[in-house]
Parts: sequence; C-alpha cells; structure tokens
Amino acid sequence: MRSLRLIMVIFAVLFAAVILSFSLGAVYVIEEGRQVVITQFGKPVGEPVTSTGLHFKQPLIQEAHYFEKRLLDWDGDPNQIPTKDKKYIWVDTTARWKIVDALKFLQSVGNEMSAQGRLDDIINSATRDIITSHLLAEAVRDSNRILETRAEGEDMIVTDEALERIEVGRKLLESAILEKAKVLAPQYGIEILDVRIKRVNYVEDVRNKVYDRMIAERKRAAEKYRSEGQGKSAEIEGQVAKELKAITSEAYRAAQVITGKADAEAINIYAAAYSQNPEFYSLMKTLETYQSTIDGKSTVILTTDSDYYKYIKSLD
Amino acid sequence: MDWKNVPSPDEIIDVGKKNFNDFWKWIPAAIIGLFILIGLRGLIYSIGPDEVGVIQRFGKYIDLSSPGLHAKIPFGVDKVTPIKVEKVFKEEYGFRTIEPGARTRYSSGNYQDESLMLTGDLNILDVRWIVQFKIKDPVKLLFATRRPEDNIQDISEVVMRRFVGDYTVDEVLTTKREEIDDLAQQEIQRILDTYNVGVHILTVKLLDVNPPEKVRPAFNEVNEAKQEKEKMINQAWEEYNKVIPKARGTAEKTIRESEGYATDKINRAKGESARFLATLEEYNKAPEITKKRLYLETLTQVLPNAKEKYIIDAQQKSILPLLDINKKGGL
Repeated sequence: MRSLRLIMVIFAVLFAAVILSFSLGAVYVIEEGRQVVITQFGKPVGEPVTSTGLHFKQPLIQEAHYFEKRLLDWDGDPNQIPTKDKKYIWVDTTARWKIVDALKFLQSVGNEMSAQGRLDDIINSATRDIITSHLLAEAVRDSNRILETRAEGEDMIVTDEALERIEVGRKLLESAILEKAKVLAPQYGIEILDVRIKRVNYVEDVRNKVYDRMIAERKRAAEKYRSEGQGKSAEIEGQVAKELKAITSEAYRAAQVITGKADAEAINIYAAAYSQNPEFYSLMKTLETYQSTIDGKSTVILTTDSDYYKYIKSLD
Repeated sequence: MDWKNVPSPDEIIDVGKKNFNDFWKWIPAAIIGLFILIGLRGLIYSIGPDEVGVIQRFGKYIDLSSPGLHAKIPFGVDKVTPIKVEKVFKEEYGFRTIEPGARTRYSSGNYQDESLMLTGDLNILDVRWIVQFKIKDPVKLLFATRRPEDNIQDISEVVMRRFVGDYTVDEVLTTKREEIDDLAQQEIQRILDTYNVGVHILTVKLLDVNPPEKVRPAFNEVNEAKQEKEKMINQAWEEYNKVIPKARGTAEKTIRESEGYATDKINRAKGESARFLATLEEYNKAPEITKKRLYLETLTQVLPNAKEKYIIDAQQKSILPLLDINKKGGL
C-alpha cells in the first residue's frame, strides 16, 4: 500500500513537471516541415533550429518563432499588361517560394502575410517588365510548331496575325521572370524557386474583337469548303465528259479497224475469184442487176441492136 | 425551516473534514484512472486497408505504418496521419460535378476563368479537362509542400494552357486531343516532381472543348460547309458512276457489232466467190451457149415484170415519140 502511494506520488510529480515545462516553455516541439527561431527579449539567439523533434530552451525569457520549411505557394492577382505589340491582356502568375533563412525572414518581413506582400511587388513587376517587352504570341505560344506543321502542308485555318515567328516562347518567358524576381528575394531570407504564367487572357473589349475575327475566319473557311466542293464536282463532271469521249471514240476506232479489215479481206476474196474470168463475172453481174432492177414499175426500152433483139433478129 | 435540528458549526466542519479526507484518499486513484483511460484511447489506432499511416514522434517523422491495428505512445507524443494511397483523386477544371452517379449532374456555374484560354492561333477556346492522380509518397505529400492540392491545381492550369497555346483551334477541337493529353500528363508530373509533391499523375483528359458561345454558330457553319462539300463530290461521283459504265457497255456493243459485220462480210465473200467459181467451172465447158442461155433466161424472167416495154430502132436518135402525154402526172 505504501509503495503504491509512492508510485502515485512520483507519477504526479512527473506529470506536474511535464505540464510545467511545457506551459513555461522550457520544452518545444518542431514538427516536420517547420523551423524555429529563438529570441530572448525580442533578440534572436543562435542559428535557426531546423531539425525536427523535441527541443529545449530557457523557460519564460526565450520565445520560439515558428516558420515554414516547406514549399509555399504565391498566387498573385491577375494584372492587366500591354504586350510589345500593344495588346492588352490579363496575366495571372503563380510562384513557389521557400523560407531559406528564417532569421533574416523574421528580421526583414516578420511573417508570411507581409512576405506575400513583398512577393506581390517583386513578381508582379518582373512579370510586367518581361511581358511588355515581348509580343503577345511569345506569351501564348511555346514553339513554332504551328508554323512548321503549316509548312509541311497541313490544311489549317490560321490568321496572319498568329503566324508571327516567335523566338522566346512561354516557357522561356517564365524563366526570364523567375531570373528577374529571384534576385530581389534573398534580402528577405526567401528563395523564389519557380514562377509560372497561369493564365493569359484578352481584356473584355479585345475579347469581343477576337470573337468577331473568329467568326469572320470561320465564314471564310466555310466559303472555301463550299467552293472546293463546287470545284471538285466540276472536275469530276469534266472527267466524265473526257472519259465518255475516250470510250466512244476508242470504240468507233476499233469498229472501223475491224470493218476495214473485213472489207479488205472480202475484196481480196472477190478479186481472187472473179479475176479468173472477168468477162463471166460481168455477165453474171449484169444479169443479176437486171433481175434486181427491173420490177413492175419499170419501163424497158430495147433498141433493135441490143443483144436481146439481136437474137430475135438472128432467129429470123 | 426546522430550527431545532440545525447542526452546530463544529459539526459542519467535522462533516466537511471527513468528506475532504475521503476525497484526498480518492484523488490519486482518480488521476491514475484518468491517465489509463486517456492512455488507452491514445494507445491504439487503426489504419484502413487503402491507407498508410505517417508516424511522427514529437513532430519528427519516424516511420510509416501499414493497414491494421497498431499501438503508439499516447499523450500527444506520437501523431499518426492516415493517408489514402490507393484512392484515385480527381480534379476538375472548367466545371464541377455536383452529384456523381449514373446521371451525373454538373454545376451550371460559371468557371470561364478556368476554362477560357488562348490557342496558338490567338483564338479563344472553352476547354474542360480532368486530372486524376494517386498519392505515391505520403511523406513528401505531407512535409515537402504546404498545400499539395493547390500545387496540382495551379500546375494543371499552367501546363494545359501552355499546350493549348501551342496548337490551333482546330487541332485542339479534333485531331490533337490525345497528343495534348499525353504531353500535359508528362509535363504536370515533371513539374510536380521538382516540387516534391509526392503524387503520381494517372491521367489528364480533355473533356468538352468548345468554341465560346458567341462564335459557336460560325463553327457549325464550317462543319455544315464541309458536309456540303462532301455531298457535292459524292453527287458528282454518282453521276460518273451512272454514265461511264453505261458508255463502256455501249462501246463494247459497237465493237461487237462491227465484228459481226466483218464475219458477215467475209462469209458472204467466201460464199459468193465459191458460187462464182463453181459456176465458172461449168461455164468454161461451153461458154458461148451458156452465155446466151443465161442471157435469155434472165430476160424471160425479167421482162414480164416490167410495166412497159418499148423497142426502138437503133437509128432513132430521139425518144420523144415515146412520151405519153396523156399519162397522169406526165409532162
């Protein structure tokens, strides 16, 4: 009973000690992804603590300031910026940053809220500088692949305005903004790791003009398809006429050749036979002609010296 | 109130003292009981079958725990965060699903900020897409970036807009959709890996891609014109197919007919010459008499058929006397 009591007392004392040390601030915990700067009466003490786990400090007089060690995001408000070719666009950027020097961060900006404010200034002005010194196409496109595909002969509906050859492209603009913004960040204990162009859009009245242009472009394309249809249809009609002529004339030619050959052969056959006795042939043919030409409507005039009469005469 | 039985102050103190002593006796037991209760509650935890537990001791990451029942140190020393590593998460851009199901309902809200983007030919398209991902590294997910979901959201938009910005309207609408899906997936993964977000992008898929409301009729007109073009061409080919085979048939007929003519001609020639030669052979045996006979026979046969016959003297130079003036239709 006595030993149980002792254990209870020890337990209670330990418990009280733990509660006390936590509440007075002798012990503090750094979670994964955090870091701490210790200050004594507002004055920083030592280097920032970046290792995680349980740590000790002087109770009451020392204070722990927690900061993020993880990658943080920054998302600016969209900015209306004119491009080099005087087109007004909304540009919305997003960035990733980190607190690399917690001590400097604490001294120069104090907290994340005001850090975001500084980042607004740094990144927005870098974005503005870069966008205004480039063409709209550079901020939209990333390569000249449309131009290249078009050069390969792909059928495309593209406005001339969009066919500007670009030299930089969106990805490199992002890098340029990052390079520019990066320089100003270290004084705040911040490192900017990435800046990306999230959205690029036309401002309202430009957008309506673009819609009108798109409509005109489409109408033109529709007209092109229609006339292509008509052209192709006419082409096929011509093809029909051409093939028709070819077929009929070829048939005519073949028929003439066949007929001619047959005629020639017939002449040959006749000649071979009739030349054996042309006189007899004349006789036969004459008689045949009589037979076929004299009919019920014919009037026959015989002279007295015709063969027929000759025979009659000679019969006398 | 009954004033007779009121206890004296001493009595009250005695009772209080007794109660107080009793109370003191119970305090340690109560505290221990409380500790055990809290301890038991915080001692055991379970991880679901599709989860992994990330264990932190005094904030420091120490281990992962697999699905099942586990023990940990209570009183806030150990902290366990369960992370769903099997689940496929879906992010939607340009629209939001309100109620998934057989007939999924979509929010009619306006997400044009998200969906309207510029194409490479400086036109505007309304693009809706989804990104599906899984958590591949719970430790990175929790400790490398503060808001992994925002990173995914931002980078999806960044990448999709960059690719759409490199293609023409027509390509995004039709032929290059899958190409863009694939490229976007790889690029989103690449960028998120540089941030150590700890997710694995499974799919990026373009869903509805439309021209903005205002220009849609013009786009439809193009499609109609395309159909019209096809129709005209088909009609022309139809005409072709109607005319040409028929002409070929007719041509064939002409040739066959001429062949028939040839056969006929030659056969006749052969027949006639054979007949001639046969008669000639006999003729040659007695030419004079045969000639006369044939002549006379023919005339005998022919002359009766004639309507009128005249015999005139060979010396007669004019045939005028023969003209019959009375004949109807005559001179």
